[in-house]
Amino acid sequence: MSSASEIREQSAATNVNEPNAGKLRASSWSLWGRQTLAILNLEIRKNFLSRRASLLYLIAGLPLVLLSLLALFPPPTDEMANFSEFSVVYAAIYGGLILRTLVFFGCAWVFMNLFRGEVVDRSLHYYFLAPVRREVLVVGKYLSGLIATIVLFSVTTVGSMLILYFGLFPSESGRYFFEGTGAGQMMAYLGVTLLACIGYGAVFLLVGLFFRNPIIPGLILYGWEWLNFLLPPLLKKLSVIHYLHSLVPVPMSEGPFAVLAEPTPAWISVPSLLLFTGVVLFLASVHIRRMEISYAGE
Amino acid sequence: MIVFEGVSKFYGEVLGVNRVNLQIAPGITSLVGPNGSGKTTLMNLMTGLLKPTRGRIRVLGISPNDPEALFQKLGYCSQFDSFPRGATAREFIEFYLRVHGYTRAETAELAHQALERVSLTEAADRKVSAFSKGMRQRVRLAQSIAHNPSVLVLDEPLNGLDPMARAEIIRLFRQLADAGMYLIISSHILHEVDMMSDSVVLLHNGYVVAEGEVHGVRDEIDEHPIQILIRCDRPQALAARLFEHEHTVEARIHDDRQGLFVKTRRPDDFYLLLNKVITELNLQVESVGPVDDDLNAVYQYLITSDGGQTR
Repeated sequence: MSSASEIREQSAATNVNEPNAGKLRASSWSLWGRQTLAILNLEIRKNFLSRRASLLYLIAGLPLVLLSLLALFPPPTDEMANFSEFSVVYAAIYGGLILRTLVFFGCAWVFMNLFRGEVVDRSLHYYFLAPVRREVLVVGKYLSGLIATIVLFSVTTVGSMLILYFGLFPSESGRYFFEGTGAGQMMAYLGVTLLACIGYGAVFLLVGLFFRNPIIPGLILYGWEWLNFLLPPLLKKLSVIHYLHSLVPVPMSEGPFAVLAEPTPAWISVPSLLLFTGVVLFLASVHIRRMEISYAGE
Repeated sequence: MIVFEGVSKFYGEVLGVNRVNLQIAPGITSLVGPNGSGKTTLMNLMTGLLKPTRGRIRVLGISPNDPEALFQKLGYCSQFDSFPRGATAREFIEFYLRVHGYTRAETAELAHQALERVSLTEAADRKVSAFSKGMRQRVRLAQSIAHNPSVLVLDEPLNGLDPMARAEIIRLFRQLADAGMYLIISSHILHEVDMMSDSVVLLHNGYVVAEGEVHGVRDEIDEHPIQILIRCDRPQALAARLFEHEHTVEARIHDDRQGLFVKTRRPDDFYLLLNKVITELNLQVESVGPVDDDLNAVYQYLITSDGGQTR
């Protein structure tokens, strides 16, 4: 059955004189799937091609530029002269710059703007005036943000690793990636980047929905994630970085002041992040269902 | 029917609309009122963009809280002038038809039909960002009618259109209304409302001050005086004579001293009397006619009168 006839039949089946008649419409998964794809199509264009995307490209491209400069003009330090230290050097760059800062702010920018940006642009009403379940809208927009951030930050993760290794030690790096543990580590970093986008994406989707000016809560979250190493073990678990930290392939020292805590195993970390994301999407859907659109004062 | 039952909307302390009770039938219903009177609030409530503080709304029996069902049947052309960056008119309409769940082929067909209806087929593949205000207005109109809704809500749809486009769009509204659709149109251009509406809802400060057919609204205030202008050579003599009639409320000489404004509560009786007086005084009469038998006058009367809040 074609979708249009399906929709018309659903409309015809709706007895407009009955209360809750709309609920009688078939809630077909195929319709939701088509609607999700349509939302994805539009949102992905926005995420990659809108003016807002330029900041995302800047954030994602920053380590590539910095590491290219590092490869061209290597500092005279022991770490940079010793290939065996490179996994630790990259772990520090990945943990400090890419994961905690760039992925964090990149996700903040993309996911907070999924709804907030549309309110500012005065375009959210187009979705609200379509016969689409709010849950479908939330999922479609969240997936579009996920695709944009995963694509860009995967390029950042892989690109920065390759530039760092091949820029300074091309022959050793060839053996490391094709014969050694390099490829496995790269996949592990990619996995962490993916989970970071999922986790931070969910957090910032919610922040963007509940705060008119999300900058302050964003900075508070940034502080919370950075100071995670100082938190007692129980509070550590209330952060995204704690779960990601336990998944990076090369463990990093958090310094002499760090409060030590047992790392959460992957079989708990990954489902926890996914469960957290599911809860957040549910809360976002509930919020969107009750949301009013009044662009006044935006 | 579209039904509002005791609907109020407050933005914090600020009143949007208050105690609105309406039943809107098929045809063109115009919401008339100045800026801030509550027209857009009423439309946003009807379409679920706003939730009522109190009361209940049903559009063809469907609650605005059920967007999946409602927007199969309702299209809303709002005043918000925003489009995705770089999109053409056709792409814009197709984007949101796809969100409805239509397939590519159906989407293309519906978008083409909608563009044709608003006479935008030639410009369909040009970027909306390069369009004039009037053309963008037509794109939004096409988007709102593309899925062939039964109810069309239009917030100031004629804004920015040139006279020819206005005439075309009004003709389109008429066709849609004649086909049994509900069109709810907000406007503050009363001349156009007069031309196209089957019925009007007059709003002021968030209250419905009157509703019904244009002339029906006039009848509603029949108990109140209407104003008649008599262009004649001796208005003072006429005024003196007319004041003897018990239903003459007020008489005022025209600034050019060639006419007389008379307010009367009994226009039929008044015209009979006037004929008699004209003959008696042998007046040279150029014209006689009501001054305010249009929506503007009705609107002005209702919102400035103490007894204006008739509903």
